[in-house]
Amino acid sequence: MKIIVAIKQVPEREAPVRIDAGGKWIEEANIQWAMNESDAYALEEALQLKEKHSGEVVVLSAGPERAGTTIREALAKGADRAIHIACDDLGDRDALGVARLLAAAIKPENPDLLLTGLQSDDLGYGQTGVILAELLGLPHASLILHVEKTDAGLTVKRELEEGWFQNIELPIPAVLSMQSGGSKLRYATLMGIKRARTKEVRTLSAAELAAPVASSVRLERIALPQKQKSTQILSGTAKETAAALVEKLKFEARIL
Amino acid sequence: MSSILVVIEQREARISRISWEALAAAQSLGAQLSLPVAAAIPGAQTESLAAELAGKALAKVVRVEHPLLSAYTPDGFTSALEQLVRAEQPGYVLFPHSYQVRDYAPALAARLGQVLIGDVTGIGDGPTFSRQLMQGRLNGAYRHSGAGPCFISVQSGAFHADAVQAGSAQIALFTPTIEAAQIRTRPGEPFRGSAQTVDLGSAQFIVSVGRGIKGAENLPVVEELAAALGAELAASRPICDNGWLPMERQVGSSGQTVSPKLYVAVGISGAIQHLVGIKGSQCVVAINKDPDAPIFEVADYGIVGDLFEVVPAITEAVKAAKQ
Repeated sequence: MKIIVAIKQVPEREAPVRIDAGGKWIEEANIQWAMNESDAYALEEALQLKEKHSGEVVVLSAGPERAGTTIREALAKGADRAIHIACDDLGDRDALGVARLLAAAIKPENPDLLLTGLQSDDLGYGQTGVILAELLGLPHASLILHVEKTDAGLTVKRELEEGWFQNIELPIPAVLSMQSGGSKLRYATLMGIKRARTKEVRTLSAAELAAPVASSVRLERIALPQKQKSTQILSGTAKETAAALVEKLKFEARIL
Repeated sequence: MSSILVVIEQREARISRISWEALAAAQSLGAQLSLPVAAAIPGAQTESLAAELAGKALAKVVRVEHPLLSAYTPDGFTSALEQLVRAEQPGYVLFPHSYQVRDYAPALAARLGQVLIGDVTGIGDGPTFSRQLMQGRLNGAYRHSGAGPCFISVQSGAFHADAVQAGSAQIALFTPTIEAAQIRTRPGEPFRGSAQTVDLGSAQFIVSVGRGIKGAENLPVVEELAAALGAELAASRPICDNGWLPMERQVGSSGQTVSPKLYVAVGISGAIQHLVGIKGSQCVVAINKDPDAPIFEVADYGIVGDLFEVVPAITEAVKAAKQ
């Protein structure tokens, strides 16, 4: 089975959030970057499917040069090769624009299965996989925790709300958006890291993919969130804040 | 003339709560833009639900009915609603931001050359639509431009279901053309993951733990606080994803919804998926080392500090207070 996994490099979870001078994005200068979490689960599922059924795992990522480190990480974990769509204007494209870029790179590869993470940890649109299925004319399912290959195609376990699940059968080729938590993530081994250096990373330019940048939806400005409640911040040493909290819970909130 | 269309979702043959919230959002947007609001209810049997909707202040209620819409499939719903949107040509299409909508609305929008603005928590002048970025650490304001409808999905809890205005509306029937062969996925019956032995929904006191705990070996720190308070132990999604606590202790949109007297969030940053699960809490206490963590926006009491120092101190103080 030939599996393509679309991954995104995002700011590391504890990266500082400072709004830049343009007011539309954060300052990227001192940020550490990481593989988007649900994409890591998509990669894990792809690697497990390959181990069971053999085949090839290709990672695909759009982003500036720095995305190369996340691509190498995926190769070190066991992906066979990678496609890097070199693109410095990712932020100017809306979800459809980014999906068009990815779809243009995927089409000539003709994969049996295309996996994406459910949602990016930075923009959080949660749409890439579903739009890719539409653009590529493939069936899809989202919020998937497990994938099983059957004679007819796939049986996948989909998460519903409030602790419910559902199995879905679908033919391949197909697109799945993977939810996090379905399996345990592997670490790259030293051997894997060594091997990754010699694996193929093909770079495509956004221009040669000829995907239009025009957006119908624009992020106008960003802001720090407003407080919904008047939060009382208790300060002091650990002991002092603990005592103050218990006092408040007892006499102000009257719940202890 | 332009209009607003709100797509209503049914769950177990009833209109879901979040659909009423989306309807409230649509009515509020309609008032802002002086546009009529229509509701669409897709399904195989929509008569009684349409009758319920007809008692609201709507220009009309459209039953989008077809036997192939009896079980949700992305192919069936995308096709049916594409046909409806092409026929009605609304300026705005609103959805509840449910798992079902997330599964097909982005494809529906793309089919019409549009992009869904998902997970919307507020509507401002313009209109601009706000939604969270960076796991709730930022808010973004989005604007739609160009021709064609603007697709919006409304986050749970952002609008109030009881704000839906009553009225009376006519009911219309819309029969989309769908062939069985178009539907490529076969959905199975929903099932519960495991026997639900922990009922967080009725717990009065909950101590909930997030990524800040760093590892399963540190869980005794929160277990001791839970024991001192007589509280149930709960967690945010990453803790259960890592297998540190069982999935049945997860609070949030994919886990349980809680409404305790006291919810103590320890090392939880407060992504929206978690916050929608704790909205009903009477009192929220947040302990986090990041002063900008979004959990502090919904907390009554906040402590900015190292949970490994603060939580044991609270445990001691609670024990002393209860003696």
